[in-house]
Amino acid sequence: MPEQVAEQFEDLEKQAHAARLGMWVFLGSEVLFFSGLFALYTGYRTEHPYGFGVGVEHNTIAWGSVNTGVLLVSSYTVAMAVHMLRRGRNTASALLLGATIFLGLVFLGIKTGEYLKHFSDGIYPGGWGHFFEEHGDPGTKMFFTLYYCMTGLHAIHVFAGMCVLSLLLWKVLRRDIGAWAPHPLAIGAVYWHLVDMIWIFLWPLFYLIPGASQS
Amino acid sequence: MTTIDVGVVPVPHREAPSRETYLNVAYTVKSWALTTDHKRIGILYLVTTTFALLLGGVFALVLRTEHLTPDQTIIDAYTYNRMFTMHGIVMVWLFMIPSIPTAFGNFLLPMMIGAKDVAFPRLNLASYYIYVAGVVWVIVALWMGGADTGWTFYAPYSAHSPSAVVPTVFGIFILGWSTIITGVNFIVTTHTMRAKGVTWFRMPLFVWAMYGVSIIQTLATPVLAISLLIVGIDHWFDWGLFDPHRGGDPVLYQHLFWFYSHPAVYIMILPAMGVISEVVPTFSHKNPASYKAIAYSTLGIAFVGFGTWGHHMFVAGISLFDAAAFGVLSMLVAIFSAIKVFTWVLTMRRGSVAVATPMIYFFAFLFLFVFGGMTGVAVATQSLDVHWHDTYFVVAHFHFIMVGGTLTAWLAALHYWFPKITGRMYPERWGIVAGTIVFAGFFMTFFPQFLLGNGGMARRYYYYDPVYQPLHVVSTVGAWLLGAAMLLTLCYLLVACFTGPPAGANPWDSRSYEWYTPSPPPKHNFPAEPVFELDPYDYTVPFPGELKAGGEQAPQEAPHA
Repeated sequence: MPEQVAEQFEDLEKQAHAARLGMWVFLGSEVLFFSGLFALYTGYRTEHPYGFGVGVEHNTIAWGSVNTGVLLVSSYTVAMAVHMLRRGRNTASALLLGATIFLGLVFLGIKTGEYLKHFSDGIYPGGWGHFFEEHGDPGTKMFFTLYYCMTGLHAIHVFAGMCVLSLLLWKVLRRDIGAWAPHPLAIGAVYWHLVDMIWIFLWPLFYLIPGASQS
Repeated sequence: MTTIDVGVVPVPHREAPSRETYLNVAYTVKSWALTTDHKRIGILYLVTTTFALLLGGVFALVLRTEHLTPDQTIIDAYTYNRMFTMHGIVMVWLFMIPSIPTAFGNFLLPMMIGAKDVAFPRLNLASYYIYVAGVVWVIVALWMGGADTGWTFYAPYSAHSPSAVVPTVFGIFILGWSTIITGVNFIVTTHTMRAKGVTWFRMPLFVWAMYGVSIIQTLATPVLAISLLIVGIDHWFDWGLFDPHRGGDPVLYQHLFWFYSHPAVYIMILPAMGVISEVVPTFSHKNPASYKAIAYSTLGIAFVGFGTWGHHMFVAGISLFDAAAFGVLSMLVAIFSAIKVFTWVLTMRRGSVAVATPMIYFFAFLFLFVFGGMTGVAVATQSLDVHWHDTYFVVAHFHFIMVGGTLTAWLAALHYWFPKITGRMYPERWGIVAGTIVFAGFFMTFFPQFLLGNGGMARRYYYYDPVYQPLHVVSTVGAWLLGAAMLLTLCYLLVACFTGPPAGANPWDSRSYEWYTPSPPPKHNFPAEPVFELDPYDYTVPFPGELKAGGEQAPQEAPHA
C-alpha cells in the first residue's frame, strides 16, 4: 500500500518529521542499551589491564579491520540508496539497498568465521575452554566473555537492520515509497548507520588498543 | 483570604444521549483489543495496571500479616523471601512505573495538546501488548515459584539462587521495551502534535510531567534492560559477568542497576507531580503560583535524577569522596522538589479552595511527600545512612515518598478525570471518606516502620526480636485498613461507572484543555478542530464553554457560584 497520511496527522511532511524524531529518540535509547556493556568493559579493563591486553593480542586485527571496511562501505551504499530514492530513481535505490544487505551478510559471515576460530582455539564465553588453562588471568576470561556479549549483541542488531532494510527494499520495488515519500527509507538508513557507529567503537576495544605489560 | 467550600457537589449537566463517544462507537471485543484510539488503550492499561496493584496489594497484606508474630505466622521463610521479592517487582514494574503515564498519560496527553491521537497509534497498541506479555512472563515466573533475590537482583546471589530468576528478569526485560516505546511516543507527540495556540509554555503542566518522564524512560530503561539480561545470562549459562573469580565485580552490577533504578523513582513520582499540578489549580480556581517554576523543576528533576544513583551504595564499598558527591547530588533533587511543593501551596493562597476527593488526596500527597522527602535528605547523608541502611527506616522512607506519592496521586487522578473518562460523577462523600481512610491506613502502616528501622529492625528479615512486635502489629493493622479503603474505592467507582449522574464537559470549572471537549470525548477527542485562545490556567475570565461540532463554543452555567 502506498505511503499515506495517517489520520492523526495533517500532512505527510508532519508525519515524516514525527517518524524521523521518533527514530532519533529510539537511537538514543539504543545507545544507552549498549552503554551498559561499554561501562562493564571500561570498569573491568581498568581492573585488569594485563588480562585484557592478552585478549586483544589474540584477536586478528586484519579480520576486524576488514569488517570495519565492509560496514563503512555499506553505510555509504545505504546513504546513496536514500539519495537515489529522493531523486525518484527507485531501481538504482533498490540495487544499492541490495548491496547494503549483501554487505551486512558479508560482515556476519566474517564474524561467524572469527567465532569458529575462537571456538577451535578453546575460547568460550564465561571463561570456559582450554585456552584459559594457559591464559588464566581473570581479565582474559572477562575480555572474551565481553567480546562474545558485545559483538554478539551487535551482530543481532546487524541482523535486525538487514531485516528492516529487506522490508524497505520490497517497498521500494513495489513503489510504495519514492521521491514523494522517501522518509521510511531515510529512517531505516539512520538505524543502519547506528549499527555501523557501534562497530566503530567495538573495533578499537577488541582489536586495536594493546594492553599493559605484566605488572 | 482563602475561602474553603466544604463538599461542593458539582451541578450535573445533562446532555443528549445520542452523541457518539469513544465508548459507544463500537462495543465488540475486537474494537477494544485492536483499537488504536489512545483513550481506549489508556483504559486497557488502567484495567491491567489496577489488576497488578491488586496482586501486589495481596502480597503486601500477606507479608504484613506474617509479621504479626516474631516467628512463623502464616508462611515459611522461603515463601516470605519470594513474596517480598514479587511484591516489589509487581508494584514497581507492573504498577507504579506504568500506572499514571500509560493510563492517564495515554488518555490525556493528546487531548491536552489538542491532538487527535498520539504520533504512533499502532506502536501505542503494540506497547500495550508488550506490557501484557511482560505481565504474563512475570506471572509464569510466579507460577514457577518466583524469585527470592529481592527486587534488586543483587549479584552474585542472583546468579546462583535456586528460584525462578530467569523468567522473572526476562519478564521485566520485556516490560522495559513497553516503557521505552511509550516514552518515544510521548516525546514525539509532544513535539509534533500540538494544536494551534498550544505553545510550549501553554501546555498543561501534566504534559510537562509526561515529557520529563518520557526522557527518563527512554534513557534509563535500556540500561536496566541490559543489566537484567546479563543477570539472566549469568544465572542460566553461568558466564560469571559479575563473578569476582572470573574478573567480574558485583559492585559494578549495583552501579548499573541503580543507574536505572534511581531515575526509575522519578519515573514514578514525576507523573504524580504532574497530576498534582493539575488538581491544585483546578480546585483552587487560580493559576499556579509559578507555571515556569513547575515546568523547569520537572526537567531539573529528570536531569539531576541521573546523578544520584550512588547513594544506594554508601556501605557497598565506594570511596568516601564518591559517597559525599552522590550525597550532595541527591540533595539537589530535594531543592527541585521543594520548589514544586512551595509552588503548589502558594497556588492555594488567595484561591477559592474546594474540598473534593482529589484535593483530599493532594493533602495526603503533600504530607507523605514532604515527610518522605525530608527523610530522604536524611538518608542521603552518609553518616546517617550507615545507621539506617537496610533497615525499616529506608523501607518506610521509600514507601512514604515513592508509594505514598504515586498512590495518592494515582487516586487523585482517578477521581479528578473520572468524569472525563466515563462521563459520570463518582459519589463525593464516599470519595472523601475513602480518601481519609487511605491516608490514615497508609500513615499507620509506614510511620511505625520509621521507628522500627531507627531501633535496628533490618529489612527483609523473616524472624525478628519480640521487642519489635508492638510496632509491627500497628503496622499490620494499618495495612489492613489501607487494603479495606482501596477495596471500598474500587467498589464505589465501579458502581459509579454505570449509575453515576452525568458529569457534563467541565464539572470542575477547570481551564485545562481536556475539559473543552464533551465527556466522554468523541473518537477524535474534539468535535471540531480546537484552537485554544486561553491559557490553561487562566481563571480571570469565565470558561468559554465546551467546543461544539462546527467550532463554536457554547458557555455552560458555572457549576460554582
